[in-house]
Amino acid sequence: MNRFMRLATPRYGGMLGLAAIIAVLPAFLPNSFYFDVVILVGLNAIVCIGLNLLVGYAGQISLGHAGFFGLGAYASAILTGNYGWPPVLALLAGAAGTGLLAFAVARPIMKLRGHYLAMGTLGLGIIISIVLTQEVDLTGGPDGMPVSGFSVLGWEPSGVLVWYWIVGGLLLLTVWLALNIVESPVGRALRAVHGSEAAAQTMGVDVVHYKVLVFVVSAVLASIAGSVFVHYIGFVTPSEAGFVHSIELITMVVLGGLASIYGAVVGAAILTTLPQLLTALHDYEMLGFGAIMMGVMIFMPKGLVPTVARLIRDRVR
Amino acid sequence: MTLLAVESLSKAFGGNRAIDGLSLSVRQGAVHSIIGPNGAGKTTLFNLVTGIYTPEHGRILLDGADTTGLAPYRMAGLGLSRTFQNLQVFFNMTALENVMVGMHLHCDRRFLPSMLRLPRVVRRDAEIAAEAAELLHFVGLADYVGADSDAMPYGALKRLEIARALATKPRLLLLDEPAAGLNPSETGEIDDLIRKIAGTGVTVVLVEHDMRLVMGVSEHILVLDRGTLLAEGTGEEIRHNPDVVAAYLGEEGRYL
Repeated sequence: MNRFMRLATPRYGGMLGLAAIIAVLPAFLPNSFYFDVVILVGLNAIVCIGLNLLVGYAGQISLGHAGFFGLGAYASAILTGNYGWPPVLALLAGAAGTGLLAFAVARPIMKLRGHYLAMGTLGLGIIISIVLTQEVDLTGGPDGMPVSGFSVLGWEPSGVLVWYWIVGGLLLLTVWLALNIVESPVGRALRAVHGSEAAAQTMGVDVVHYKVLVFVVSAVLASIAGSVFVHYIGFVTPSEAGFVHSIELITMVVLGGLASIYGAVVGAAILTTLPQLLTALHDYEMLGFGAIMMGVMIFMPKGLVPTVARLIRDRVR
Repeated sequence: MTLLAVESLSKAFGGNRAIDGLSLSVRQGAVHSIIGPNGAGKTTLFNLVTGIYTPEHGRILLDGADTTGLAPYRMAGLGLSRTFQNLQVFFNMTALENVMVGMHLHCDRRFLPSMLRLPRVVRRDAEIAAEAAELLHFVGLADYVGADSDAMPYGALKRLEIARALATKPRLLLLDEPAAGLNPSETGEIDDLIRKIAGTGVTVVLVEHDMRLVMGVSEHILVLDRGTLLAEGTGEEIRHNPDVVAAYLGEEGRYL
């Protein structure tokens, strides 16, 4: 492969492009409100990349992924706030705990298929959100709880620009790890599970193992993003773990494009910024939002990034 | 030497006894065919042998080892592979990637090294890709190496499944109606391919309705009827077996 061809691949061109965007974007962001939006884009994108590994690549739906985001968020809030843990340790403990929970529920829940799996994961997310709302002594209940700032070895990030670089770096790292998984034998096995479970098994792919694995990986990514999110915002409420947030996440994945790492990033970017941009339309905000969603799904059922990528590929040929 | 043996195997769906106390054996080497009318239990037998179904009674022995009730993904490691009557191609991948999935057990597939893209994972994967491309050449799909499988014609997909099954490096290959839906010239090419595969030392068991293909390619034919073994023998013996003629081939043997 020559140098020019490499630039057209997700690994080289894609990562270079994303890094360039992250590097120059601050010059175009006029104030901290815009930084705030972009940081949220990055965090949503991290969750969506994990969710896309599960939904787009392995073909398994989850309508409860905000629950894992909420678990990471509250693990960080509670462990740092009530027990004085260092934030990094709390983040790792939250990720490990969420991963263990995901592992425990994955075996029974991943036996379900299609609509039944959707219902199962929906129920799981709702249970998590109810527990977080009801355990008032621990979580502050529906009112939520304040969260202390982040710190690593005495260094405390402050200001949106510092947070911007942290989240940007995490996003790049996540994209790299996800591309590695996708382009490895593990990624092929995940796509094989999606393509035909019967054939995958016959080829020696332990289907249950890979379903559990990708469910845990996506849950851990959501948990980490949740931890970073609450330290940045400084506050956490149960709505982070709620049904509406779960639906937003899956919508981002489908809009950006199933089985596309950059699709997850683009989907997160659009659905996080669009509501902010559409506020100018006042009462028609949700109407415009819905119309855009429907239009994309009708005219680009594969999602934005795969459709555009195919258009470009066909033109080059 | 016996490579595959099933002993008094039974499997019922509701009240329908699809496989009914079936015993048969397949010796190593050569091409074997399983024929029988629709509903005789041919595909059910394949699904039992590959572990997709679990039998109610009986045993399945692969090279003398009891494999009854083993999960399907374990069977690939024991040297058993198959194709499917209704295509089970991974339509979300290229032809090459389909075959590479067949080499799953021969990859470095540990999670952390894969996620960190360690050099040995990448190196092994490049070797796997080269082997997969060779297999596509072997089955006559050299033109389709980089093709998206959902853009390939039906006949090519049939071969793709065979290449993918061969990628597991099987000792025993089960082909479920490899010529179904193919025209006579394509069927002839499948005939050649089956001989070529058998020539590499792989034992082939074929379920097929195309009698010309069956009679031409198989050294040993097993006839199933209502889940039991009706007859077995060479093509010539089967052709003149009165039970077979009555149950399947028609009174005048007009399909021969």
